[in-house]
Amino acid sequence: MVKAKKYAGRIYVALIGFLLYSPLLILIVCSFNDSKIRTVWGGFTLHWYVDLFQNEEVIAAVKTSLLLTTSAALIATVIGTLACIAMSAMGSKMRGLMQSVANIPLLNSEMVTGIAIMLLFVHFMSLGVGSMLIAHITIGLPYVILNVMPKLQQTDKNLYEAALDLGASHVYAFVKVVLPELLPGILSGFFFAFTISMDDFVVTYFTKGAGINTISTMLYQQLRRGINPEMYALSTILLFTILILLAIINRLSVPKSTKEVKY
Amino acid sequence: MSRKIFITPYIVWAAGFIILPLFMILGYGLTGADGKITLENLLAILDAVHYKSFGNSLWLAFGTTTLCLLLAYPLAYILSQRKKRGSKLVILLFVLPMWINFLLRVLAMQMILSNTGILNGILSFLGLPTLKIMYTKAAILIGMVYDYLPFMILPIYNVLNKIDVALIEAARDLGATPAVTFRKVILPLSMPGVISGVTMVFIPSISEFVVADILGGSKILLLGNVIEQEFNLANNWNLGSGLSLVLMVFILISMAIMNRSNSEKGDTMIW
Repeated sequence: MVKAKKYAGRIYVALIGFLLYSPLLILIVCSFNDSKIRTVWGGFTLHWYVDLFQNEEVIAAVKTSLLLTTSAALIATVIGTLACIAMSAMGSKMRGLMQSVANIPLLNSEMVTGIAIMLLFVHFMSLGVGSMLIAHITIGLPYVILNVMPKLQQTDKNLYEAALDLGASHVYAFVKVVLPELLPGILSGFFFAFTISMDDFVVTYFTKGAGINTISTMLYQQLRRGINPEMYALSTILLFTILILLAIINRLSVPKSTKEVKY
Repeated sequence: MSRKIFITPYIVWAAGFIILPLFMILGYGLTGADGKITLENLLAILDAVHYKSFGNSLWLAFGTTTLCLLLAYPLAYILSQRKKRGSKLVILLFVLPMWINFLLRVLAMQMILSNTGILNGILSFLGLPTLKIMYTKAAILIGMVYDYLPFMILPIYNVLNKIDVALIEAARDLGATPAVTFRKVILPLSMPGVISGVTMVFIPSISEFVVADILGGSKILLLGNVIEQEFNLANNWNLGSGLSLVLMVFILISMAIMNRSNSEKGDTMIW
């Protein structure tokens, strides 16, 4: 009886795993398929990948995405980390207020966030790279704060004060004592903001200027136009990129007990 | 005192790009094209077209949330029972799709469900009749469940995994059957995880428009599609903002009801 239950459980887990991953596997397989028809295997090929790297629309979208995502994540990390440092010096009431403001973009649907920022820009300026950058920083910020704040609360205040007592300046004590403790949180905050922004479609869709595409909005246009095997190749590359990024994040958030502070 | 100055960039940011944009929606939503204050754009939700699309959205959001919950809870429960090495890797495997580009997952679903897609390929290979599932509500529902399932698995697993085994053992020692232990101990303790999972699935589902666009082939309009079209096709920003406000208020009310029914039991929300 117990054994039967255990096997039923394993079968269930395997089934859900299969349902989640088989579509992605099919996508990868199709990116190497030398046939425009999905259900026919026409032999192994890399020419969708070759075509992909010659497609200027794709190259432009990848460039925009990388530039936008990296700068948005960097700026969000700086603003978010500074905010966390300030918040740790505040009373719990003020801190609570600040954090709930930070969570507004998390609780609002992405659509409302996107439309709200779009209205602001169309009303006062115009849509373009600027509005996209600002929108991406805004959706990345809460994730930076969520990652940095716990680390800051873990750091021992006495260490910082000890450094001051021993003659260190505020800046020196911060850089030498507090920052190394925060660094894993800051880095994982950065990567979180990076992946959130890379993955985002809805907010980008509403705030993008005409003629500018990120990978997501380009995929959307392609999807509406019909199937294009080059997109399978792009998807496969994106899949492996995200796997590598996640492996990095996972390494960064290893608990402190491993005592391998060499950042 | 000096450290608090570092909050300045954040406050400027939050005021300019979080709070102010919300007032923009409020401003547009509560005025007409002539700039006069009106409730017209909010009441427009009662128009037949909008009402119907809101009904579609509600139906799909409830369906998606329910299906995700029914699929995710047993999975999270089974995974939380495994305390062996490597179980962390298994749970990572189930939440990993969360981080894969949303459009890419829709693309994968389109490949499988479309009339000349993989599913019909397999069916005809087996000599079975093919399905015309693409461009139906069922296709949208399948696509949405596929997209949002990981968001339900993670919070439920996190809560189940933290339940003190001693509590379960105590219930057993006191003579509770496994079914009673589950109903009286495990289920109530896992409610915060269920609530945050439901939140994470329900909010994006109720405002969904991309999946409906691709898998529904714009034959089935959701409220999200209507709002999107008001902004990008009809250029009626006042109406678009008004409907967004209705959506926003609806989400806030549902969240408040859910959190209240939860906090009455003395639990706290983790998300």
